[in-house]
Amino acid sequence: MQEGESFAELALPLFDSLYNFACWLAQDRVEAEDLVQETYAKALGGFRSFEPGTNFRAWIFRILRNTFLNSRTGLAATRTVALEEDEGNEAAFARVTEETPESILLKQMNQGAVRDAIEKLPIPFREVLLLADMEEMAYREIAETLGIPAGTVMSRLARARKLLRENLREKVVRT
Amino acid sequence: MACEAWRDKLDAFVDGELSPNAQQEFDAHLRGCASCAKDIASRMQLKTAVKRAAALRYAPSVEFRRKIEKEALPRKRNPRAVLIWAPAFAAAAVLLLVVVWMARRPAVTPEMAMLGEVVDMHVTALASANPVDVVSTDQHTVKPWFEGKLPFAVNLPDLTNSPFTLLGGRVAYLDQTPGAGLLFQYRKHQLSVFIFQERAEWAKMSAKETPQRHASFWVETWSASGLRYFVVGDTSDANVEQLANLMKGAAGAE
Ligand SMILES: [Zn+2]
Repeated sequence: MQEGESFAELALPLFDSLYNFACWLAQDRVEAEDLVQETYAKALGGFRSFEPGTNFRAWIFRILRNTFLNSRTGLAATRTVALEEDEGNEAAFARVTEETPESILLKQMNQGAVRDAIEKLPIPFREVLLLADMEEMAYREIAETLGIPAGTVMSRLARARKLLRENLREKVVRT
Repeated sequence: MACEAWRDKLDAFVDGELSPNAQQEFDAHLRGCASCAKDIASRMQLKTAVKRAAALRYAPSVEFRRKIEKEALPRKRNPRAVLIWAPAFAAAAVLLLVVVWMARRPAVTPEMAMLGEVVDMHVTALASANPVDVVSTDQHTVKPWFEGKLPFAVNLPDLTNSPFTLLGGRVAYLDQTPGAGLLFQYRKHQLSVFIFQERAEWAKMSAKETPQRHASFWVETWSASGLRYFVVGDTSDANVEQLANLMKGAAGAE
């Protein structure tokens, strides 16, 4: 390993993303700070076990995410979610109906509405959606971060997007 | 391949997860299939909307940033740093790192967001049943059509000896600001040109005088005489550049 790949050089550029992701998961700034701090402490402590040349971003996001899942908020948030991965692939991949394309939906609402709809997603769907769309991680990288097979990433992402569309539609109907 | 075969690959296409071959095949299918093209367009819009809404939503405080910096850059606790760097060098390197880090741009640059939006406009036009409001291959019909609709004149190139055909134009909107949307044909492909009044935040953008890859499209953008031009196409970077050069010629001729 070269000095160019020191812990700080790898980890500090991810600080903003990690903090943002922590806030999205915890929905609380104080808790997010604790999560990020704990993540950096764990990552620094375990840096020797990180294999140079492998995906550092997936590694440290995974630490953050597991730290969150083991926190009180994380345990409470995930206890109630039944994942049912195999349920209704057909439904998950259902096409957008032509009457209400996202273009119309998205034009009718502001960023705040999209944020609310994301916040409403249960954690397993929120995290996979944010890693794919916000962090623009490849499926392989998401699989590594979440510790699930790539096929599960795809089906979970499809369900996350479907739920998001439903949340958005509900908003349009209500307003 | 029929639509059915692509149905479960829509997300993978939007996420750029198909193999180059499959991506190409799907591209070809999209050109002939309005239904899949519309679906893809709406999925791209949703993906972009999520990114815009979620990225940089929460920014850490300066105090917290400092705190983590201190903890992530321990001078004594990190044996690697102590072993490799002489203390003075380490201090200088750390300082440089912090400066670079503080100055670094956010993960989603305004430029990326904007190019994404431009690609969206092109995809939406392709997916639309009526991609243009003035249908004409004649620049002398399309140019005056924009008069009174836009706060600037739209100059169109003479395409007589070029491989491009003008299909028409419409008023395009970027953040509620009107601009010109032009559609061109090249063999079986369509390319868009968008023209808006230049904005301060765009002027700071690095010049993209050669086409850049964005999603599965090529985009070239430049600024001239207070106007911002975008050329978008999925054919090849050479085509996009060729059309860009024709547009530059037309603007310069005025
Ligand atoms: Zn199709």
